[in-house]
Formats: sequence, C-alpha cells, structure tokens
Amino acid sequence: MLKALKSIYARSEPAKAYSLLSPALILVILVMLIPLTLMLSFSFFTQTSFTEINYSFTVQRYIDFFQKNLLVSLLIKSIKISFLVTLITLLTAYPVCYYIAFYVKKNKMLWLVLLTLPFWTSYLLRVFSWKIILGTKGVINSSLINVGLLNEPLTFLMYSETAVIITLTHAWAAFALLPLYVSLDKIDFSLIEAGRDLGLSRFEVFWKITLPLSLPGIIGAILIIFIPTVGDYVTPALLGGTDGRMLSNMIQGYFGKINNIPLGAASATIMLFTVAIVTIAVSYSTKKLSQRMS
Amino acid sequence: MNSSFIQINEISKHFGSVRAVDNVSFQIHEGEFFSLLGPSGCGKTTLLRLLAGFEYPTTGNLLLDGIDITSLPPDKRPTNMVFQNYAIFPHINVEKNIQFGLRKLGLSKEQIEKRVKDVLSLVKLEGYEERFSSQLSGGQRQRVALARALVRQPKVLLLDEPLGALDKKLRDEMQLELRSLQKEIGITFVFVTHDQQEAISMSDRVAVMSEGKIQQLSAPNELYKNPQNIFVSDFIGETNFLKASTKTQDGEYINVSIENLGEFKIKNNLNISENSFDAVCSIRPEAMKIDTVKSDWDICLEGKIRQTSYLGEMTKFYVETKELEKIITVSSQHFDNQSFKNNDCFISISLEDISLLDKK
Repeated sequence: MLKALKSIYARSEPAKAYSLLSPALILVILVMLIPLTLMLSFSFFTQTSFTEINYSFTVQRYIDFFQKNLLVSLLIKSIKISFLVTLITLLTAYPVCYYIAFYVKKNKMLWLVLLTLPFWTSYLLRVFSWKIILGTKGVINSSLINVGLLNEPLTFLMYSETAVIITLTHAWAAFALLPLYVSLDKIDFSLIEAGRDLGLSRFEVFWKITLPLSLPGIIGAILIIFIPTVGDYVTPALLGGTDGRMLSNMIQGYFGKINNIPLGAASATIMLFTVAIVTIAVSYSTKKLSQRMS
Repeated sequence: MNSSFIQINEISKHFGSVRAVDNVSFQIHEGEFFSLLGPSGCGKTTLLRLLAGFEYPTTGNLLLDGIDITSLPPDKRPTNMVFQNYAIFPHINVEKNIQFGLRKLGLSKEQIEKRVKDVLSLVKLEGYEERFSSQLSGGQRQRVALARALVRQPKVLLLDEPLGALDKKLRDEMQLELRSLQKEIGITFVFVTHDQQEAISMSDRVAVMSEGKIQQLSAPNELYKNPQNIFVSDFIGETNFLKASTKTQDGEYINVSIENLGEFKIKNNLNISENSFDAVCSIRPEAMKIDTVKSDWDICLEGKIRQTSYLGEMTKFYVETKELEKIITVSSQHFDNQSFKNNDCFISISLEDISLLDKK
C-alpha cells in the first residue's frame, strides 16, 4: 500500500510541485488570505457602538469613504507622495547603477555592499536619524544658522510632506538599486557599441537601447518602491506632522483610537485596489512607451 | 584602386602598462579582403576597435580615404562592424535591427524600404523580418549582423571573429559566402580571426600579429611558403623545426649544418648571418616523403613510426629517427598505417623545401 502510494508520488509531477510549495502555501493562507478575507468582510459591516459591530451586509462604508473629503484627499496625497518618492529614487539610483554596471571594472560587489550599507540598520533608526538631520535644531538648520545664512530655522524641513518624501526616498533607495543594477548589468556592452557604430549619438543610444533594455529593472524598482511607500505609516507618523499625514495613518486610527473598524477596513480595501490599479497602469504604460520609443 | 585606402601610421594603444598594439604601421588597399590574424591577446581586436572608434590610440594616427579619422567617434566614421557575438538588439525585430542604422542617413521611407529589402536578399534572409534575435539560429544571427552593417553601405566593413561561434560545416559555408559577398559588393573588409585556415582561405592579404606587433604582412601563399620568422612559420599551418647553425655564405646560398644530418647548401632568403647558432630549419609535413623504401632525395632517413592519425584525405605519421632529437611529423596521401611493416619507414627531404629562419 505504502509502496503503491510512493510510486504514484514518484510519477506525479503535480504532487511533487505541491509538496514543495506547501510550506509557502500554508504561510500565505495563514498570514495573507485569512486576514485579507477578514478585512474585506469587515468592510461590509457597521460599527454601532464602541464595542459592538452589526454584521449585516452593507456597502455604506464605501459610500462613507468617498463622502469624506478628508479620506479622499489623504488617498490622493498618499499616491502623490509615493509617486514623488518613486520618481526621485529612480532618477538618483539609475545613474549610480549605470556607473557601476558599465564603468566599474573591479569590485562591483564592494560598490553594491557599500551602497546598501546604510540599510543594515533598522528602518526606525534611519527615520529617527532623519529627525536629527531635518529637525528645527537639527544638523541642517543649526549649521545654516551658525554660518549666518539663516536667522531662524527652515520650518518646511520637519513635520512636513518634504520630510516624508526625503526620508522615504532614502529608506527605499536600496530596493531600487538592486533591480536597476541587475537589469543594467545584464545588458551586453557590445549592444551599446553597436548603437554607436550604427550612427547614433551617446544620448540616442541611451534612449533607443539602454533605457528600453533596462525597463524590467525600472518596472521592478517602481513596484518595489511604490507599493510599500503608499501604505507606509511610520515615517508620516514620526516626521509628517499634520501636513505630511497619509491615508495609512488614518486607517491606523480607525482600527485604534477612533475605533471604526468597518470604515478602516473599507479604506484599506480601497487603498489596496487603488495601488493595484496604479501599479498595473504604470507597468503597462511604461512598456508601451518603450515600444514606441524603439 | 587606392592602395593606401586605410593608413595606419605608427599606432600604439596602451592599457595601463600593457602595450596591446605596439607602434604598428601598414596600409590596407581599397576593396581588398584584409585579415588580422593572431593568437588571443596579440592585439588584433584592439586594432579593429581602433579602426571602429571604440578605442582611441595612445599615439599615431589613422587615415581613411585620405581623411584623418583618429579622433572621430564611431558614429562619425564610414565604418561598420560585425560583432563577435553579433550584438543584435534583442528588443526589436530583424527588420527594425536593420533599419536601425538608416535613421540618421536622411533617406526617404521608400529608400529605406528598398535598402532593407535588398540587403535581406543579399544575405538570404527574406521572410525573417518579423523575427526576434531569440528566434534565430547562430547562422541567421550572423546574417542579420552582416545585413545591419552592410545596409549603411560603409566604406569599410570590420568583422570581429564573426564565424567563431558557428559549427564547422556552417563556418566553411559562411567563409565561401563572405568571400563571394565581398567580391560582389566590393567593399573593403577587415577581418579579425585567430583561425589561420580561415584567414588563409578568405583573404587577399593577411597581417599576422603577435604581442602587439605585425610579424608578417603578405598574401596567404607567401605566408605559408615564405614565412619571415619562426613565429609565422609555427602559427601558419604545421611544421617541423630542426636545430641548425650557419657557416659561410655562398652566393644566394649559405652552408648550414643541421643537427646530426651534416652540412647542406640552403637558400638564404632572409639574409641570416654567417656563423650563427640561432638558426632554425623549417620543413612542412607534406613537403617530406614517407616511403617503405630508400629514395635518392637530398636527405633520406630511416625511421620508426610511433603514432599515426588518419584524417581521411591524408594520414599523419609521427616518426622517430636516430639522427633527430624530436619526433617529426610527415603527412602522406598515398600511405596509411597499414602500409608499413614493423613501423619501419624512410623519410626523404629535398633541400628546396627547407626554409632557413632566425630563432629570434
């Protein structure tokens, strides 16, 4: 009997595949699927009092969300901040990766390790160190005042959208570096030489060859930065003040102090779908754009 | 025809302390099939890249059709390159790859279409317009690379070991095809290869390179028959080297004592000095005769066959003799390993087939 089972197992490719997948599958079901289903269910309920929830189905929470200008504007602001963070990260990380991929001949690994060195410390510590740099009595303000360039500290640096953007950009840069570097490093340098040989200037070669070929890395970097930063709430909570607050801080509030779990769940669901739509749109249009370019 | 179409004047290229190309001067004729031949690291690819504009020389200058191109970037030179790995753009199809180099030439849409169509039929790739690089075989990629370079109608086509990645049969086919293509369109080809057979069979002239220098520049048959030095003699084809020392000059000839064989009068084409212990005699395997009986040739040695290798059209014999230190290689089209009893044989050499070289 056991022998028969063993032989069936040995011959069945799906059985082998599922047994290899099972640890991950169980984990995903436990920590992703169940919580997501719960969240989705709660978004259709009603908070009747501080402790009680009415479990009858309603879409009122979604209507509530779009009727509250604050929530909609926070959603837009979250997307805007993430978009800027993604853009700035790409613009700064791409040249660095380009340099390492094509101009560094020895010790490429060392360069990458050095670039990712700051990311060996905890995320929270890095956020706090930005507080030290950007604060009213922080490194930037006090040195500018001491040198005599300023009379009073720059207020937009701290507890603002700017602070959130700077901190998030720095916090996620390493995650953009790696996919960008990998996609650039994979490009055969003779393709770039061939472009020049066929009469194109450096700039044209970049647009027609290097950029389209590094597109997988760019899309990867966009997704890897955009998705987590939209939902980030640590940085806006610590550095954002009132100006830099994002939707995630509000959602946290609904599950905590404000105690409106269904509205929190509905907001989170809306955010989830918005992120999904934005992500799909970005990767699709980037691909289309590159096809048109070449 | 312009015999100094490409002028390479005292070109050197140093990478740090390495002299990849070391003070090289020569000229390439218009419309010829010119090969740069040498072992890896001899500087042939660097020289080609200098012509393409991917590298700039440390010293010296380059003239193409009378114009100094030494410091022109690759996109401003009337040259195009076929890369060793073909470098076909993977994100666009064959047609767009070929059109790629036409964007900047200011042609009309009809002209572009015609040129692409013509070049595709020239390299026999009609019907492959929509394919991507990943959907092509090695030979087809090679043709795309060729078409992409030729479509720009360059004055010089540079080829960097383009046949290296193909299997033997395809390589032989492409050699013939490249050669006839070059004759058909009449463009100057500069071809880099480490394969001496390839260079000899295709080229009008070959420059043999080693350690950044040109060792010999001549027509293929000259390279084979009259190598200028021991490197060329060894690199082109196969040969046997015998130790020798020169005695006195006698007109065109010089008296040479060869190992334990005695003293002979040999033609001194390279003007090797008298009383030199640094001379070497080179004899090609096919220039010698192997037989079961003695002959009346200038030199006839008794030997024992130590090994044979059967190659179809001929057989190679590795023969040990009493007189010579090294085992010598002889090839024969008449005999095979079954022809000799007890591996006993006689090797005959004619003095005319011995070339006298300097060891250095």
